[in-house]
Amino acid sequence: MEPFITVKDMCHIYAAQDGNEVKALDNINLSIYKGEFVAIIGANGSGKSTLAKHFNALLIPSSGTCHVNGLDTTDSANIWLVRQLVGMVFQNPDNQIVAAVVEEDVAFGPENLGVQPGEISARVTEALHVVGMEEYRYHSPHLLSGGQKQRVAIAGVLAMQSNCLVLDEPTAMLDPKGRQEVLSTVCQLHQERKITVVYITHFMEEAVAADRVIVMNRGKVVMEGSPAQIFSQVTRLKELGLDVPVAAEMAYRLRQHNIKIPEGIITDEELVVAICP
Amino acid sequence: MSIILENVNYIYMKKTPYEKTAIKNINLEIKRGEFIGIIGHTGSGKSTLLQHLNGLLKPTSGTVHVDGQDINLKGEAARNAKRSVGMVFQYPEHQLFEETVYEDIAFGPRNIGIEESEVDRRVKRVMDMVGLGFDQFAKRTPFQLSGGQMRRVAIAGVIALEPAYLILDEPSAGLDPRGRDEIFGQIIKMYKNTGITVVLVSHNMEDVARMANRLIVMKDGEISLDGSPIEIFSGFQGQLKAAGVSVPPLTALMNTFKQYGLAVDHTVVTMDAAVDSLLTVVGRR
Repeated sequence: MEPFITVKDMCHIYAAQDGNEVKALDNINLSIYKGEFVAIIGANGSGKSTLAKHFNALLIPSSGTCHVNGLDTTDSANIWLVRQLVGMVFQNPDNQIVAAVVEEDVAFGPENLGVQPGEISARVTEALHVVGMEEYRYHSPHLLSGGQKQRVAIAGVLAMQSNCLVLDEPTAMLDPKGRQEVLSTVCQLHQERKITVVYITHFMEEAVAADRVIVMNRGKVVMEGSPAQIFSQVTRLKELGLDVPVAAEMAYRLRQHNIKIPEGIITDEELVVAICP
Repeated sequence: MSIILENVNYIYMKKTPYEKTAIKNINLEIKRGEFIGIIGHTGSGKSTLLQHLNGLLKPTSGTVHVDGQDINLKGEAARNAKRSVGMVFQYPEHQLFEETVYEDIAFGPRNIGIEESEVDRRVKRVMDMVGLGFDQFAKRTPFQLSGGQMRRVAIAGVIALEPAYLILDEPSAGLDPRGRDEIFGQIIKMYKNTGITVVLVSHNMEDVARMANRLIVMKDGEISLDGSPIEIFSGFQGQLKAAGVSVPPLTALMNTFKQYGLAVDHTVVTMDAAVDSLLTVVGRR
C-alpha cells in the first residue's frame, strides 16, 4: 500500500504560559496508508490532537516533517491543497457549524474553493445523501441532535472532495445513538468510498472498528497494531490509563484463573464462543 | 424534603412553526439523599428536565416545588429554594474565568453575600472534597490544569454554594478513562460523606449502573422507566432499546453468556462479581 500521510522524526513544541517549553510530540514516525482506517487512542494530554492537527497543516512540525500525499506541510505553498485533501471534524459539533441552514453549511467549503454554483449544489446533494441527512437539507443546524450535527460536519468535508477524514473525538459529546450514527457513517465511508480515516477516540469499542490502532503516551507512539493485538494487552493499556473492551478484560481475568482462552479476544461473541464451544 | 415536579410540560418556541414539546406530563419526586441517574438519548428531554429543577426554565404548565416551595413564584423564598439546587453543566470548565483556583471557587459564595471568613472556610472544604490539595492548587491559574482537574475546580465552585441537591449534566464527557474515574470517585465520596442528593445525567451506562440507586429513563419527553439500575438493566431491555439507550457493556456481555445457555448472574455490575459468577458456572461444568 501507498502511504498517504508520512511523518518523519516529527516533534512539536509548545511554549507554555510560564515560558517553559512543552514537548507535545516527541520524535514521531508513522505512516497512514491510502484507504486505511486508523484509530488513535491515548490519555488526555498524550498528544493525540496535536498529532491530528499536523495532518491538515493546522499545526506545523517544530522539527521533522509531515508529508500529505507527497506534499510537505512545512511549505506554506502547500497548505491550502493539504487542507483540501484532509478534512477535520472536531469534538464539539456546535463549534464547527457556520451557517444557518444545513445546505449552506455543507456548501461553505466548496464555495471557499471557488467551485461553480451548479457543481456545489450537486456536491451538497451527494454529500448529504452519503451521510443520510438529505431530509434535513433546509433545516437549521442548531435544531439537530449532536450526532446529526457531526454528520453534517462530515458532509462538509465530503463536499470538499477530501479523500482523508481526520476526526478528533467526534463522539465525545454524543449519546450512544449519536455515537453509533457517526461511527457507522465513518465505517461506511471507509468501506464504500475508500476514504482514509484517522479516528481519535476514548471509546475503545469504537477503536475496535479500525484496521490499525495507534496508542500514544506523553507525546510518543508507544503501541501500534491490529485491534486484537492492542486490546489483548490489558495490563499495559491500564498502565497507560486506558480502558479495554469488557470482553478483553474478562478474558484476561479468566486466564489468571487458569481458564484456557485464546489470545486476541476483543468482542463479546469471540469470548462467549471461546468459553462455550 | 424533596424536589417535586407535578404535571410538568415544556414547549419550546410555542406558537411558531418550530413549536416542539420537549417534556410532557412529568411527575417526579427526587427525595433528599437519593443518587439518581437519568439516561435517554439526545432529544429525549433530559436537559430540559434538568433545567426545570432550579428554575432555569419555567414549565409551560405544571409546577416545580423544592422543599415545599414553588420555585417559579416571585420573591425571596423561591430564590432561596432555587439556590439549594446546584447545577453543573456540561463542560463546566468552559465557565472558569478567574485568575486562581481559589478566586474561581470563591466567586459564587461571595456573589450571594457570604462573608469572607466563611468563604475561605468553604473554599478549603470543597477543594478537599474534590481532591485538589489547597496548598498545591489554590494559587494556581485554573487554565493550566488537566481537563479532569479543571472540571473538579468547576464542580467545587458549585458545591461551595452548599446546595442540598447537586445536578450534574454529563460530568465525564470528554475525559479519558482515568479522568472519568477521578471525577466519579470524588462524586461517590462526596455523596457518601455529606449525604448530598445527586442527580446525574450520563451516557456512560456502566457508571450509572455502579453509582446510582435509582435510574430514570427518558424517552420522547416522558419518563419511560423508573427503578433501581439492576431492575432496569436486567428486566427492561426492550424498553431500553426503544428509548435508544444501551445496557452497560458488562451487562451486555453477561446477557450474551446467558443466551448461550450459561447460567451466569446477569445482574452483576462490577467486573469482580462477573468473573466470580462466570468462574462458578464454568467450574461447575
